[in-house]
Amino acid sequence: MEQHELMEQIQAIFRENFDDDSLVITRQTTAEDIEDWDSLEQINLLTAMEKQFGVKFTLDDVRDLENVGDMADLIVRLKG
Amino acid sequence: MQALEYPLDASAILQRKRRIRRELLQQDGLIDKKIAIVGGSTVGEVKNILELFLLDAGIRPTFWEGGYGLYYENLVYDDGTLRSFGPDFIYIHTTGRNLCGLPEPADSPAAAEEKFAAEAARWQALWQAALAFGCPVIQNNFEDPDVRLMGNLDGTDVRGRVRFGRRMNEQLAAFAQSHKGLYVNDICWLAALQGLDRWHSPQMWYAYHYAMALECVPALCRSVAAIIKSLLGKNRKAVACDLDNTLWGGVIGDDGPEGIQLGQESPAGRAHTDLQLYLKQLSQMGVLLCVCSKNEEAIAKEGFARADSPLKADDFVAFKANWQPKPQNIADMAQELNILPDAFVFLDDNPAERELVHRELPGVAVPELEAPETFLRALDRGGWFEATALSEDDRRRSEMYRQNARRAQAQASFGNYQDYLKSLEMTARMGPFDEEHLERITQLINKTNQFNLTTRRYTAGEVAACAADPACLTLYAGLSDKFGDNGITTALIAQTAGETADIRLWVMSCRVFKRDLEKALFDRLVALCLARGVRRITGCYIPTAKNLFVKDFYATIGFVMTGEDADGTRHYAFDIPGDYRPLCGVIHVEDTRDAQA
Repeated sequence: MEQHELMEQIQAIFRENFDDDSLVITRQTTAEDIEDWDSLEQINLLTAMEKQFGVKFTLDDVRDLENVGDMADLIVRLKG
Repeated sequence: MQALEYPLDASAILQRKRRIRRELLQQDGLIDKKIAIVGGSTVGEVKNILELFLLDAGIRPTFWEGGYGLYYENLVYDDGTLRSFGPDFIYIHTTGRNLCGLPEPADSPAAAEEKFAAEAARWQALWQAALAFGCPVIQNNFEDPDVRLMGNLDGTDVRGRVRFGRRMNEQLAAFAQSHKGLYVNDICWLAALQGLDRWHSPQMWYAYHYAMALECVPALCRSVAAIIKSLLGKNRKAVACDLDNTLWGGVIGDDGPEGIQLGQESPAGRAHTDLQLYLKQLSQMGVLLCVCSKNEEAIAKEGFARADSPLKADDFVAFKANWQPKPQNIADMAQELNILPDAFVFLDDNPAERELVHRELPGVAVPELEAPETFLRALDRGGWFEATALSEDDRRRSEMYRQNARRAQAQASFGNYQDYLKSLEMTARMGPFDEEHLERITQLINKTNQFNLTTRRYTAGEVAACAADPACLTLYAGLSDKFGDNGITTALIAQTAGETADIRLWVMSCRVFKRDLEKALFDRLVALCLARGVRRITGCYIPTAKNLFVKDFYATIGFVMTGEDADGTRHYAFDIPGDYRPLCGVIHVEDTRDAQA
């Protein structure tokens, strides 16, 4: 999958989750940038990504995710 | 909302929760309820998703959330914050993960028994403390654990964790049976339904302290909401059933009563038979069964005359086998039974009929029926008839409606309505609220929508408080006549202050409309007022979507309107004249307290 295609799909997940069709996501986006993005919401986002991309995150995988870029890299790594 | 109906798409609900919430908040007529959630694990999404299911039922919750894992401290050692919140419901979100003092293989059987007794006592203290808040308490029971140390023996040996949890479930059920106000949310069944491998998520537990997988949270919340809906009287009341290929296989008009598939001879026959048995037992819970079929009535009834048909024609309180459009039949039956169309569930194998009913009567619940072997599950999983208690009235409801049908026939033979009422030889048993009938009175208050002047809802605790308050006048009445007993059908609460009594609540079941029972009750209220020096009775009509029926009620019994608010609430007053003449002359009134003496 191309990087921009992946980012578009991640953005769609964020838009649906936060009920905001104008949300723009970049690799640098962090929980600081989105008001409702708390630890609770992080779980929802990760669960949605698991479903969307057909991957399964382990406890280790999700420990040090700093921003959306880290999430995208993780998905790329797991998809092989 | 479709997204919140069975079968649930859990991930869609979780991801779209904000949008679903936004849409549901736009509904009119939401009622506000305060819900306290205490938990033994992360509550987080449980609260968010529970809100969606409650909003979908027209209930707008305000939540109070206890501290993480502090379910015991919050309830047993409340520092006053929970009490001052004044919850309408308390939900104790605990799971098998919260069972403490678990036995181990090294324990002697006697030591294991002691551990169980100690843990059972700990939970009972919790439930007692929760009930002391005076509102309904919803307690999860305990799901089976994720792993079994001893394998199959875990469910048999007293040292087994599986056995421990199952015994605790039995303790909880026994406690709930003997203590009013405690309702068990059966997560043991829910976890089994989802499958323990799906329910338990080690990752969610270790990383976030969620006691179940996120994807199981919607099913959990739907179950909690079903209990709250049921307690607030938001259950459906009737099932309208198609016949051909729904209650039996085949078309009776073509195949004849011998040719339809019913009974034990064929797979489809067995499936239809089980559906009929389920419906028959639903009617024992007070659900009204109706036929809504395109058929000739005489031919349709031949199907129920078969010896192997569990349902008989007189199990139905209304029987529409004709060629009218089905939405029309349902609307007619709703009128005849004095219930609203949105109290119906409609069962029909034909998608075109379902679509028509859904379009014409959007409030009717219309489950998707595919193959006959799936009908039963679709009806069951809908959750429309969640029972929180079985009252004597529930068990007798269908019979009461059949008596009403006989009354309607009798009425036709009288030219004058008052003569007809006199011919019924009615007796009303009236009295102040008493402990024995508190459950039924509370149910009546919370279920009645049409003859309900204020639509104020009361919990069992609040009803008991009114009964005990010397400044409160409470009255209920049961009505019987020569055709049978209607049970308790009306209740009234008035608050007195000096020479005035203000009617806070007045409800009457649609079962006894137009029988002058409201007049008899008012006569009694006036007598009670005079006896305690009250000279003026006030009351108000608060409009809702469902109580237009009583918009002008106070005026018809002699009240004068004293004001009208912008929201349509009308205020009335009645000055009791010195020569008050009773309004009702067709009902013999007895006092419940005399009957008991």
